[in-house]
Amino acid sequence: MPSSTSSAMNQAPAIAEFRAASKRFGPVLAADEVSLTIRRGEFLTFLGPSGCGKTTALRMLAGFEAPTSGAVYLDGERVNDMPAYRRPVNMVFQHYALFPHLTVAQNIAYGLLQRRPRPDKAEVAAKVARALDMVRLPGFGPRRIWEMSGGQQQRVALARAIVNEPKLLLLDEPLAALDRKLRREMQIELQTLQRQLGITFVLVTHDQEEALSMSDRICIMRGGKIVQTGSPTVLYDEPISRYVADFVGKSNFVDGIFAGHNKVTAHGTTFTGRILCTPAIGSKVTLSIRPEQIELTRDGLEPVQVVNRIFLGEHTEYLVRHDNMGELLVRVSRQAEAAEGPFDPGSEAFVRWAPDAALILDQD
Amino acid sequence: MRFYASLVYLFLYFPIAVIVFFSFNAGKSATQMMGFSVGWYGHALHNPFVTEALRTSFIVALSSASIASVFGTMAALALQGMKGRVRMLFDALIYVAVMVPGIVIGISTLIALVTLFGWINPVLAALFPAGQAPQLAMGLVSLIGAHALFSMALVIIILRARLAGMDRSLMEASADLYAAPFATFRQITLPLIFPGILAGFLLSFTFSFDDFIIAFFVAGSETTLPIYVFSSIRRGVTPEINAIGTMVLMTSLVLLVIAQVILRRGPRQEAA
Ligand SMILES: Nc1ncnc2c1ncn2[C@@H]1O[C@H](COP(=O)(O)OP(=O)(O)OP(=O)(O)O)[C@@H](O)[C@H]1O
Ligand SMILES: [Mg+2]
Repeated sequence: MPSSTSSAMNQAPAIAEFRAASKRFGPVLAADEVSLTIRRGEFLTFLGPSGCGKTTALRMLAGFEAPTSGAVYLDGERVNDMPAYRRPVNMVFQHYALFPHLTVAQNIAYGLLQRRPRPDKAEVAAKVARALDMVRLPGFGPRRIWEMSGGQQQRVALARAIVNEPKLLLLDEPLAALDRKLRREMQIELQTLQRQLGITFVLVTHDQEEALSMSDRICIMRGGKIVQTGSPTVLYDEPISRYVADFVGKSNFVDGIFAGHNKVTAHGTTFTGRILCTPAIGSKVTLSIRPEQIELTRDGLEPVQVVNRIFLGEHTEYLVRHDNMGELLVRVSRQAEAAEGPFDPGSEAFVRWAPDAALILDQD
Repeated sequence: MRFYASLVYLFLYFPIAVIVFFSFNAGKSATQMMGFSVGWYGHALHNPFVTEALRTSFIVALSSASIASVFGTMAALALQGMKGRVRMLFDALIYVAVMVPGIVIGISTLIALVTLFGWINPVLAALFPAGQAPQLAMGLVSLIGAHALFSMALVIIILRARLAGMDRSLMEASADLYAAPFATFRQITLPLIFPGILAGFLLSFTFSFDDFIIAFFVAGSETTLPIYVFSSIRRGVTPEINAIGTMVLMTSLVLLVIAQVILRRGPRQEAA
């Protein structure tokens, strides 16, 4: 995301808000004092591993779960007890939940037809046709649901939600059931659609690539708690903990002890890095270095042994062994590799990184 | 193995085949074939006792199946919303209800109703002027009630299976699209379970139409087709009985096949 839009987003008014919202299912605390403001028009993503409470957060917005404590606000109104059918919010379900006994057009018109007074037939038909155009399924209205492919059903589910022009569109892993290529296509389409419509999107996913490529802001969750919220760039460049750095992109981690100022001791060596947490001296921290921040050279100060080389097209990934730091993943660009020549597995090489490329993070 | 299996099937179906076979007898004997004819069918359908019994059977089957379908559907929906333990208990009770032998249901319904009427009739007699008080007794209503009660268990079992196989997120999707609970029921739940209700209705109809044991106990002076057949057999078997039996058999078979087709076809469309 360019920083100009992010700062514009900062001023956008809140469309929804969690205030210390918790949800308990028996012994499981699925949402643990979640506090978050969702801004009008943004594309926000909940990202985290399975079972961390992403769906629960989304379902509290949709109205399928009421918070056990705390509150949920929609457009300034406290909606804890407002049933789902009264909320100006629509959801795209993970398995689409299309009505099997209705046609594509009837599915899309469903939300419009629940309004009282009933809208004009011609108006509904026009809106349905426009929604079908928007998801690039023109003329598919009379089809039955089971005649549609997975990708097409996905689009119908999307059309069924956006046709109502909701204040908030909730998407629970909408692309999980699609194959890789189709998923890429739909990611781009979703993003374009969001810009066109100006509707606030809240997406749930455990696919970091998806989160990074589509979102204005990402909420990293763990065990029902929000760990860090920020733009993809911020999360990638300035994660507050090892957990976040590990979840957003790949990284090399070296566990050590904080030695004050910007120093970390690990394996008998002292490393310097950029401090992104507030550790006490002597506490456990992690040094994180992104694979593309490490340079692989023919001569230098830190010798390593090349273990493996994987050619990935636009770049090459090397696995190297460092005496103190263990195995490191290094990403070498096409140009750099052309300049230094490929390194053969088993050969000697050297690594180097800029002092502030190493981040000092919370260990958990 | 094959031999024994064949023997079992022969044992099961031979009597039925005999009945169907002799229903086409041109002669008067139920055991000696005297040429082919459909005369006995015409004879049966022109017998006023047969048509009257058929009418009664039809009314009882239609009413009890309708009642069972409506209340069975409501019960199945209510069970769906219940918590684990209570639901398991009720599910178990329903299976038991289906397994209880007809004779037990017949006798217990009879005793229950006779006891009930024994309490209510004196009250009615006291409330009305002498001689004008209505008397509750066994008859059409008690028979319909007993059949409806039993069939309801069938309907519930069919619908529970259907509801359990239904994607819960469909109901949530409907609510998400602004449909209030009753609107969701009418537009989503009901259309999706309707094949189940229809199949349950047909099974209930068949059950009631064929039932002799329960009817024998609670029908009072009413004569259903099975009761008529039973009482005329005591006066000797004629091919007329065979013709009636064959007609009942065909009606049941057709209804059961339709019910099966409906039940098979429904879920396939949903899964696709
Ligand atoms: N209805 C429920 N009853 C009981 N426990 C639940 C219920 N819904 C969720 N949970 C529990 O709450 C926790 C969070 O669940 P949630 O579905 O929000 O996770 P998630 O982040 O969406 O995971 P996934 O990526 O697997 O979908 C899990 O431990 C789950 O088992
Ligand atoms: Mg989930």
